[in-house]
Amino acid sequence: MRVLSAQGLRKSYGGTPVVTGVDLQIEAGECFGLLGPNGAGKTTTLRCLLGLTEPDGGEVSILGLPVPRSARRARARIGVVPQMDNLDPDFTVRENLVVYARYFGLDQRTVDARLPGLLEFAGLAHRADARIQTLSGGMKRRLTLARALVNDPDLLFLDEPTTGLDPQARHVMWEGLRRLLNQGKTIFLTTHFMDEAERLCDRLSILDQGRIIASGTPAALIECYIEPLVVEIYGEQARAWGEVNGHLCERMETAGETIFCYVHGDEAVLDRLRGAQGMRYLNRPANLEDVFLRLTGRELRD
Amino acid sequence: MRRRSHFRLPLVTLRFVPVWRRNFLVWRKLAVPSVLGNLADPMLYLFGLGYGLGSLLHKVGGGSYIVFLAGGMICYSTLNSATFETLYSGFSRMHVQRTWDAILNAPMALDDIVLGELAWSAAKSLLSGFAILLVIWVFHLDRSWPMSVLVIPAVLLIGLCFSAMGLVVTALSPSYDFFMYYFTLAVTPMVLLSGVFYPVTQLPPLFQHLAAILPLTHAVFLVRPLLMGQWPTQAACHVGVLVGYAAVSYYAALVLFRRRLLQ
Repeated sequence: MRVLSAQGLRKSYGGTPVVTGVDLQIEAGECFGLLGPNGAGKTTTLRCLLGLTEPDGGEVSILGLPVPRSARRARARIGVVPQMDNLDPDFTVRENLVVYARYFGLDQRTVDARLPGLLEFAGLAHRADARIQTLSGGMKRRLTLARALVNDPDLLFLDEPTTGLDPQARHVMWEGLRRLLNQGKTIFLTTHFMDEAERLCDRLSILDQGRIIASGTPAALIECYIEPLVVEIYGEQARAWGEVNGHLCERMETAGETIFCYVHGDEAVLDRLRGAQGMRYLNRPANLEDVFLRLTGRELRD
Repeated sequence: MRRRSHFRLPLVTLRFVPVWRRNFLVWRKLAVPSVLGNLADPMLYLFGLGYGLGSLLHKVGGGSYIVFLAGGMICYSTLNSATFETLYSGFSRMHVQRTWDAILNAPMALDDIVLGELAWSAAKSLLSGFAILLVIWVFHLDRSWPMSVLVIPAVLLIGLCFSAMGLVVTALSPSYDFFMYYFTLAVTPMVLLSGVFYPVTQLPPLFQHLAAILPLTHAVFLVRPLLMGQWPTQAACHVGVLVGYAAVSYYAALVLFRRRLLQ
């Protein structure tokens, strides 16, 4: 079943195009990731999908409902974890969930029945009456996720859900998202972390300058867009080494004092490196980050 | 959202209630200091000026100065409460805490939020005005008990009016500092021109004309006679002006909020 479809989504602000023809399809039960550098149009796309911004052109349908026309009805079946923390600082953990549930028109009995499960899911059952200011960053994110689940949504939007979290908190968050996928929820995720996307997402699209420039499973994207092996060479001598030995690489990228040498077989490169004095290097399989940087470039985007 | 749709008429539904209740729940946690704060400032003016300045004056508006001042203080207190709630608290919720963003991700429209904020601020100002009315009753500063009960609906209307006006300022404001303009350029001159502390007729004619277009003048014209046991002259006109300011400001605020938040 198709949970979300967007066709030819366009939006510009003051004559500057931000989203220039985005097509998306998401099936029930999958985890879909939207990747893109800052300013690529991720947030605008998300706002259009939620019906918070009327696009200049294009069609959006979520859970069979046209957006923005029936956006409120669609949002009744959607949960959102926003990028910026907007929990209610005046309330306790429990009050945050109860008050948020009211916006969905849920009656007290339904809320009371769901509350223990949500607190347990967030790992905050023992902190139900704690004030928000006393929670750690990870706890706040988990509470925000639990808050997005008060209406038992079919589709979840997560905008950079683990930005700013420590590794432990990220892993707990990922575990929570896995549990939701196992329950059959559909997830739409934006992230800057390629390992997160690779780990969680069944399918990805990469957005750049308002357009989708690549789509597929993480493995297919790596296979399709990049050589399978990378040798990273660090240090002052890296550049000089690259000038002499660049022909051994099928493709070479330079970023500061690091050289990325992309190859199908890395033996020749590694042999040469072992022979050289004091070279620091790392050979590894290519990953999603390599694809991302290849497709969107290495220049800063902010 | 396309420009034209920002101008559509307000959507008025009961969905504003959860927004109202959210603000009420926050207020309940701080109710005691909040009510004391509502009372302290106008009471200091009322008794300080009422007795201090009042002892130098014989008759103002046909009675003692403190009775004259009481009506003005109800309006002033309602104005203050409505303005602070919609400016500082409203801006915190909208811009600083991003509470509105969170609500918009639920099946709520911006119209529901703005209506909820308006209703909440009006309710809170009603409480402020009513608190002063209680003090007036306790100290017998009114001249007609049954008539002074009519001050309550008047205060509700005044609260709605200044809350809606405050929302316009909040919708335009880039930061808290911006509110200073509203206070120094609008609120303070209005308080001094609108007959809160002395009859408007004491002003030079030019300022009397100016006062006639200010909503606070009409609020005072409505409340003060009711406390003195008289039916306000041209009551319909005063009510009409307050309703007009409320309606126009509410619509303007909503359009500005849509432009600001539904980009």
